[in-house]
Parts: sequence; C-alpha cells; structure tokens
Amino acid sequence: MSKRIEATDLNVYYGDFLAVEGVNIEIEPRTVTAFIGPSGCGKSTFLRTLNRMHEVIPGARVTGEVLLDGDNLYAPGVDPVLVRRQVGMVFQRPNPFPTMSIRDNVLAGVKLNGGRMSKSDQDDLVERSLRGANLWNEVKDRLDRPGSSLSGGQQQRLCIARAVAVQPDVILMDEPCSALDPISTLAIEDLIEELKKEYTIVIVTHNMQQATRVSDKTAFFNIAGTGKPGHLIEYDDTSVIFSNPKVKATEDYVSGRFG
Amino acid sequence: MRAALRKPPSKAGDRVFLGLSTASAWVILLILAGVLVFLLVKAAPAIAANWADSSQLQDRTAGNTAGWNSFWPYVGPLLFGTVWSSLIALVMGTPVAIGIALFISHYSPRPLAGVLGYLVDLLAAVPSIVFGLWGVFVMRDFLKPFSTFLNSYLGWIPLFGGDLSVGGATILAGAVVLAVMILPIITAISREIFLQTPSLNEEAALALGATKWEMIRMAVLPYARSGIVSATLLGLGRALGETMAIAIIVSPKLIYSFQLLTDNNPGTIAANIALQFSGSNELQRDALIGTGLMLFLVSFAVNFAARWIISQTAPGGRRRRRKARTA
Repeated sequence: MSKRIEATDLNVYYGDFLAVEGVNIEIEPRTVTAFIGPSGCGKSTFLRTLNRMHEVIPGARVTGEVLLDGDNLYAPGVDPVLVRRQVGMVFQRPNPFPTMSIRDNVLAGVKLNGGRMSKSDQDDLVERSLRGANLWNEVKDRLDRPGSSLSGGQQQRLCIARAVAVQPDVILMDEPCSALDPISTLAIEDLIEELKKEYTIVIVTHNMQQATRVSDKTAFFNIAGTGKPGHLIEYDDTSVIFSNPKVKATEDYVSGRFG
Repeated sequence: MRAALRKPPSKAGDRVFLGLSTASAWVILLILAGVLVFLLVKAAPAIAANWADSSQLQDRTAGNTAGWNSFWPYVGPLLFGTVWSSLIALVMGTPVAIGIALFISHYSPRPLAGVLGYLVDLLAAVPSIVFGLWGVFVMRDFLKPFSTFLNSYLGWIPLFGGDLSVGGATILAGAVVLAVMILPIITAISREIFLQTPSLNEEAALALGATKWEMIRMAVLPYARSGIVSATLLGLGRALGETMAIAIIVSPKLIYSFQLLTDNNPGTIAANIALQFSGSNELQRDALIGTGLMLFLVSFAVNFAARWIISQTAPGGRRRRRKARTA
C-alpha cells in the first residue's frame, strides 16, 4: 500500500506563534521526498503535521488541509491514533522500547488497540518486517534479547521494522541518520531504496548528499529570520533543485553559500 | 612569581564554611548513632529480664506487659499489627497515589497539574493528629455502611468476617487514614519519575498509533517500574512509624488478627508506646523502648531497601527528559 499526500494552505501554530505558513505540496505514492533547509525552518514541524505528531506538544495546531488519497487528516472526527497507524514515523534517535525484546519491539504496533495474532502469524510478521528492514540476518538468533542491546544503526533499522510491521501507507523519517555513523547511514539509505517500492517516504535531512542519493523530489524550506514563520520555498525534482534551482535562496543553500 | 598565581590574601571564610558544613554532616551520623545507642541501652534490661518473675512487668495495675513470659511474645503482635496495618494502607493508597501522579504528569492541563501537585504536597503538611481526629469523627461513620455490607454479604471471607464493630473503631478505618497519610510521598516520587520518561519513548509509542493509555503502558510504566517500587517502600516506611491514626481511631489489643471489621484489632508499636507510656512503670517503659528498637530496625530496613532499589535503577542515570525539538 502506498498513498498520495496533498497539503493545501497548511499553517502550523504553537499557541499564537505561527511556525510554518502556507505550505502547498503534492507527494506522489512510491516516491522518496526529501525536506531540506536550515535549522528552525519548520521542515520537521511540517513533517509532523503529516501524521499529527505535532499535537504531542501542548498548544500546537494547524489550519488548512492534509489529504491522504483524498481523505482529510484534519476533518472533524478524525482520530489521530488512526492517522498514525496509516502514517508511520522514524525519529532522529533510534528509540526502541528499552524493556522489550527485539521481537516484542517489532510486534509493539500490531498488539495495540486490542490487536491479536496467532503465534505463527506473529513469527511470520517479525521475520517479514525484520527482513524488510535488512536486519533479519543480524538478529534472527537473538530475537529475545532486549532491543537496546543492538548497535545504533541496528536499533534504527529495528525502529523501521517496527514502523513497517503495522503496514502503513506512508513512512515519515525525521533525520533518521543524524545519530548514525557512515556505514549505518549507508545501510539505512539502501533500505530507503527498497522501501520506496511499497511506501510513500518523506525524509527530513540536514545532509544534502543524502538528499541527492535517496530522494526523487526535494522540498527546500526557509525562514526569513528568527521568530518569522517557515515557508516552502521550492519543490521540484531532486536533480533540478541541486543543479538548476529556480529560486536564488535555494541555489545559495544547496551550493553552501548560507545556512 | 606573578601576582595572579600567589595565594589569595585570606581563605578564612572558606575554612569556616568548610568546617561548618562538615560538622553539620557529622551531626546527622552522631544523632542516628545516639538514637540507636539509647534504644539499645534502655531496651536491654527489659529484653534480658525474666518476665515471668518480674514484679514490675507483671504489675496488672500499670502498663500492658502482664501475662507475657518474655519480651518476644509481647512485641510479636505489635510488630504484626504494625506491618499488617501498613500493608492494608499500601494496598489502598498506592493505586490511588499512582493514579494521581499519572494524572498530574500526563493527563491534566498544565495549570491544573501545578495546583494539584501543590495540594498533594499540602496534604503532607497536615499534622497527623488532625488526620487522626478526622478519622475518629468522620471516617469511622463514613465506613460503617461499607463495613456492614462487607460483613453481611462477604463475611465468609475471613478478612471481612468476625463480629462487626458497632462504633467503627476498626483497623480498616485506621488503615484508610494511614493510606491518606502516605499518598503524598508516593505521589510526589512517582510523578517525578513519570515526568522523566524520555519523550523519545513516548513518541515511539504514539507514532505507532498508541492511545494515551497504551502509550503510558508501553513507555511510561516500564520506565518507572523501579521508581514506583521504591516510592511504595518509602510510603511503607512512613506508614510503619505513624502513631496517631492507629492510636486514636483503633482500640488496639495485643493480638494477631486478620479481621478488618471488628473491635478486636492488633495495635501498632508506635500507637502502643503512645498509649501505654504514661501509665507504665520503669521496666515496662524499658520494654516499650525495646519495641521502639524493633520499629527502628524494621523502618531502617524498609528505607534502606527503597534507597537501594533507587540506586540500582535510578532514572537519573538514564537520559533526562528532553523537551528540545529541532526543525
């Protein structure tokens, strides 16, 4: 499963503070879209509105629409819990549940909301998800060890397996490699190539080489200054953004002249 | 030698302050040791005495030591009553305390959380004699209908059996008041630990589509488990030493009984000392001090266990709650 995301006139507020203003973007299924931009430009904030995770912060709210295959995530009566089951997320730091085994970490999502499965279905799902996250061969002999016993890169792939196990339509990644070494980063990037065949993927990254390596399209976010809202400046094919951008600010940023 | 590297002109202030703070630290140890020595020295004659042949201890006009042939059978029911009433209080108080702590840390809006936290701390400041009076005049009557119901319909369970107390001076009433008294410490410690749950773990659960309660079960409670255990033990430590709730609400006797709703209730060590001390003769007072020594040892062991559990799995050693967010 893979779905199309469409945001129209999206504003994000923290209380009275307008953090991101007027984002319009269309993200196609089975593509990788990278969000780049300087720190504080609102790219992570916008990413979090795609599965309503921004609501974890008290006072955060949005105006405008986010459509997932035409269904507005912010329509009245939409339960954020159900939104997040369709739109999975991987975070900056690997965050497996520290007290759970590797196996239980993978199954954590499907056991929620009263979900039940037979033992053999669970085994299948664990293997499928861990294979999907390129982690199976490394952990198949120690599925009962705690998730925190793995290396950082393995933990992050475990988190991806955990997100994949609930069979979402979209996977959001918020700087998934920023706490990892180059080898682990490469493993995640290879994995993103694989996952793209089945999921819509949106990735926030500070690493522009990473954006060119993994993404089909790139969105550049920027702010005019501290305290001003972030804007989507330019959104185009990754090759265009990095070789022939239409906006001066984008060119300055990708060529390293500022930010 | 350059001026900046020379000794500063006066370090007298530093020395005085160092001396004062070091002395203060030693005073604590001295007081603790002094209390222990006092208890040992004063209790020794009564513990070593031959109770059966002692005219002082068998004096039926004073104290309540008559009829016991050594210190141990005398202190036994009191130790039992102390632990039993505290355990009942824990069973009733801990779930409520954890519920309050979770509400403050994860459910209530921030302004309300502040007020509630303050109120819980205020609860700790209410003098125990006030709680005792509240227990006598309010809680006894309040519990009567429940006691009657439990006794008549569930009386076949030994806990609720026996002859129902008419006045309401039951160990249940005492334990309810004890439970209220230990709420603040359990709530305060649990709340702190719940607040320290790494937001990364909480977000991991939420991003998988967990409801708030599922998030608490997946991320908060596993993280706080050892903290809850040690908070409970500290609450137990406090309940063990409480005097007034049992002394004035319950009419304690030197017996072993698990029945919650009768007039025949075991006393606690602290309550027994408070009630018997003024009417006792010298050796009887030594016996009371001996029971105090037992209480000191039990409380010390419980507090020590609590601290040990905290030190083994202190959340302070893990990553502190991070509120920072990057764009």
